[in-house]
Amino acid sequence: MNIQDYKDLYVFIEHEENKIHEASLELLGEARRLKEDRPSLNYQVVAVLLGEVSEDLLFELAARGADETVYLHHNKLNEYSTLHYTHLLHQMIEERKPDIFLIPATVLGRDLAPRLAARCDTGLTADATKLEFDPENPDSSLLYVTRPAFGGNLFGTIINETKRPQMTTIRPGVMDKMQRNPALTGKVSMQDVSLDGLKDPVSILEVLKKDHMAVDIAKADILISGGRGVGDRFDLLRECADMIGAEVAGSRAAVDEGRIEKDYQVGQTGKTVKPKVYIACGISGAVQHLAGMEKSDYIIAINKDPDAPIFQVANIGLVGNALEILPLLTKEIRNYRERPS
Amino acid sequence: MMNIVVLLKQVPDTTEMKIDKEKGTLIRAGVPTITNPDDLAGLEAALQIKDRQGAKVTCVTMGPPQAESMLRELYALGADECVLISDGKFGGADTWATSNTLGAYLATIPYDLIIAGRQAIDGDTAQVGPQTAEKLNLPQITYVDEILSISEEKIRVRKALENRYEILESEMPCLITTLSSIAKPRYMHVREIMKAFDKPVTVITNEHLQLEQKDIGLKGSPTKVKKTFTKEVHKNSDVLTLEPKLAAAKILDVLLENQFIGK
Amino acid sequence: MNFELSKKQALSLKLFKEFSLNEVKPLAQEVDELERFPVETVEKMANIGMLGIPVPENYGGSGGDNLTYIMAVEELSKHCATTGVIVSAHTSLACAPLLAFGTEAQKEKYLLPLASGEKLGAFGLTEPNAGSDAAMQQTTAVKEGDFYRINGSKIFITNGGYADTFIIFAMTDKQKGTRGISAFIVEKGMEGFSIGKTEHKLGIKGSSTTELIFTDLMLPAENLLGQEGKGFGIAMKTLDGGRIGIAAQALGIAQGDLDEAIKYVKERKQFGKPLSAFQNSQFQIADLQTKIDAARLLTYRAAVLKDEGKPYSTEAAMAKLYASDISMESTRISLQLLGGYGYTREYPLERMFRDAKITEIYEGTSEVQKMVIAASLLK
Repeated sequence: MNIQDYKDLYVFIEHEENKIHEASLELLGEARRLKEDRPSLNYQVVAVLLGEVSEDLLFELAARGADETVYLHHNKLNEYSTLHYTHLLHQMIEERKPDIFLIPATVLGRDLAPRLAARCDTGLTADATKLEFDPENPDSSLLYVTRPAFGGNLFGTIINETKRPQMTTIRPGVMDKMQRNPALTGKVSMQDVSLDGLKDPVSILEVLKKDHMAVDIAKADILISGGRGVGDRFDLLRECADMIGAEVAGSRAAVDEGRIEKDYQVGQTGKTVKPKVYIACGISGAVQHLAGMEKSDYIIAINKDPDAPIFQVANIGLVGNALEILPLLTKEIRNYRERPS
Repeated sequence: MMNIVVLLKQVPDTTEMKIDKEKGTLIRAGVPTITNPDDLAGLEAALQIKDRQGAKVTCVTMGPPQAESMLRELYALGADECVLISDGKFGGADTWATSNTLGAYLATIPYDLIIAGRQAIDGDTAQVGPQTAEKLNLPQITYVDEILSISEEKIRVRKALENRYEILESEMPCLITTLSSIAKPRYMHVREIMKAFDKPVTVITNEHLQLEQKDIGLKGSPTKVKKTFTKEVHKNSDVLTLEPKLAAAKILDVLLENQFIGK
Repeated sequence: MNFELSKKQALSLKLFKEFSLNEVKPLAQEVDELERFPVETVEKMANIGMLGIPVPENYGGSGGDNLTYIMAVEELSKHCATTGVIVSAHTSLACAPLLAFGTEAQKEKYLLPLASGEKLGAFGLTEPNAGSDAAMQQTTAVKEGDFYRINGSKIFITNGGYADTFIIFAMTDKQKGTRGISAFIVEKGMEGFSIGKTEHKLGIKGSSTTELIFTDLMLPAENLLGQEGKGFGIAMKTLDGGRIGIAAQALGIAQGDLDEAIKYVKERKQFGKPLSAFQNSQFQIADLQTKIDAARLLTYRAAVLKDEGKPYSTEAAMAKLYASDISMESTRISLQLLGGYGYTREYPLERMFRDAKITEIYEGTSEVQKMVIAASLLK
């Protein structure tokens, strides 16, 4: 393996029903940023796609930063198969020798990337949250890949010095998409691939939709919790929660007043939770409530009373009326999500 | 009789970890060790198959000598055989080197199904399962949250994706990675605890596997850790009095800055 | 003198702590409030071998030692004293006498299902007129051919409403006083045997405490346990072992409520400081933990002596006497540390306060324990 032979930034394009997965667009954006960060490398951003898609989709890839798209075409490849994808991508990697290969850390990506990395006999770093070229060597294409470990308690910066391609999966929602530029026209290298002799021992028999299952607040990453201070306006909490991707919980006072069911009670006589974020709305912070949530990673508290004990355990406190702030927060997030990209 | 091999890892309980703010490192001393939850759930799934239709369940772990304590617990849960792959030469391995080592051992024993947990709570990579499957040239199915049926010819499972489930079938032998939701682990049985410490634990070293230094341990790891650091968490709160609109904007900032919500 | 647990004991303790926290604690309040016997917990314990811990494997048990069994009762009692006594009465008062005095046939028929948790056991000695004066048995067992005709009643029998197998005592020969008492194995459902009223109690409300009524129960002679006339000795020996179980229950209650108090004083702030910053709290907690540790050592010592086949009657009495006393002290002080909140149902303290009292009374009152200890010192 001669490292000098490897070049360019490759991005795996995940797609479904002729739509590009947001995560892949984010990776294209990141690849673009890396390219522009080290112009001396003169690297191209190359999108890699398997399956059968429309021309519009191929144009979109270019508009989102792909200098070239390697399109491995077969009408049976829209359905993911570990065997087929690994084989074909390995072949492509042998032929084209990418220096860097970025794959989204989706369920598909996390199935494919380790298999492919092992097939290519190279290293793989999972769940990157930050990428940068070697800051100590301005002409190097060595990637410094930062990622969380130990349940997010520790961050590590990983490098792969001896093997190529440098492969990493990247968390969806972390990198930035490139502003859409329809003026950009990339090159498309289409290849009709054959699946002859590649019998897949795994087959997909059925696809089922996910129901909305009963929520276990102890498993939620983000909780928006309401106390006496929100009265009967839990609908405002729900709206905000839906916008953020959070779950709703309540204090004992809220449960006693019938605003929310007992299953969602946090505290001494309810559940103990340790989410990444606990947003306490109109909750004073009595000892019995704290017992159930003070181990949360990050606590945001909103309360009218500046002396409310909840502020003593919060990472950040906002003095004010949660019923006024929450709808505005919902709006802020909606605006942010829908901002022109 | 069906042979099921379960791969398990002894890990620190990361929910109980504390951070040394001065050194920017984790305080590992005094943190209890547990069996990785995804792996334990996978073992429970294997034990349920054993209860229902009969099977031999072998537990394999790669780790330092203290991992033996975990194997005793696995005996108390109902494992039939426990193997510890341990050698100073295997230390410092990344997932590639780990899979190499595991694969080399597994290639020497009979199996129909290999179960690995989806990911370990310390490394959080979810790579060892698929990489071991690659070394053994086995079909893989990841993110399994239910085993629907299993025989020596085929296995049928449910896979949980982000927005849907898929029912997949694979020829055997194969490797699956399991989510912790696949099964609620049982408690140890007191009678089995009494017997657990008298059962043999097979220890496999590099004497047995004869792997080359370049393929194992730190030397065999293509990825290396350049540095580690911890995240700053302030616990003395800023209490701000802001107009509602500004308060909302501030909360959004906090959520984005800390990457609590995606972009 | 080794104060470390063996590997088996340590791993068993880990199991008991996990089980008690996840399965027993969530039900404790309801069990108390509704006076509900936790059948589902009993089934779960049966499934993991917790209902026959010190019974050998070939008799259906888990093949553990008495110390391991005692630690189970302690851990269960930390969260629910009711659950603790269910296991203690079943194991020490039903399984143990069968193991010590049963014939092989009796062990196979009765001990195996009890130790494997398939059936639940109980012990019937106390009568309306025979409490501490246990020798005053008025239940009679008259030999008639291949049967004993049993008449009489028992009260305050733990597990009464749910047990399948009962070890009971009756007079086979009134002339001989204590040497005229015999032990018998009675099964639920036998004609002439019925369960009478259920007591409503101050504490351990989920524990089924009932009357047993014998009206011309024709008991097969093969259900005599041990020899005729040896029943009183069997009862006393059995209670010696049972005392260690109750000591463990008291120990669990004491440690459980102190743990709650320690958690609370670290969080609760008054006068600008957490309660744990005040010397009053600190000293009370220091005192209590010291006493609880002392009770623990007494209890474990008695269990270990039993395991070693050495005499343990006095040591068991000391353990129960002291542990029950400490559980009263600990619940009183711990509740006080929680102040008003401790008096409400929001915290388990008020239930533990009510639960603790029985440990000074059943399986030999504290007064009886003193009699046993004094007798051994002054003979």
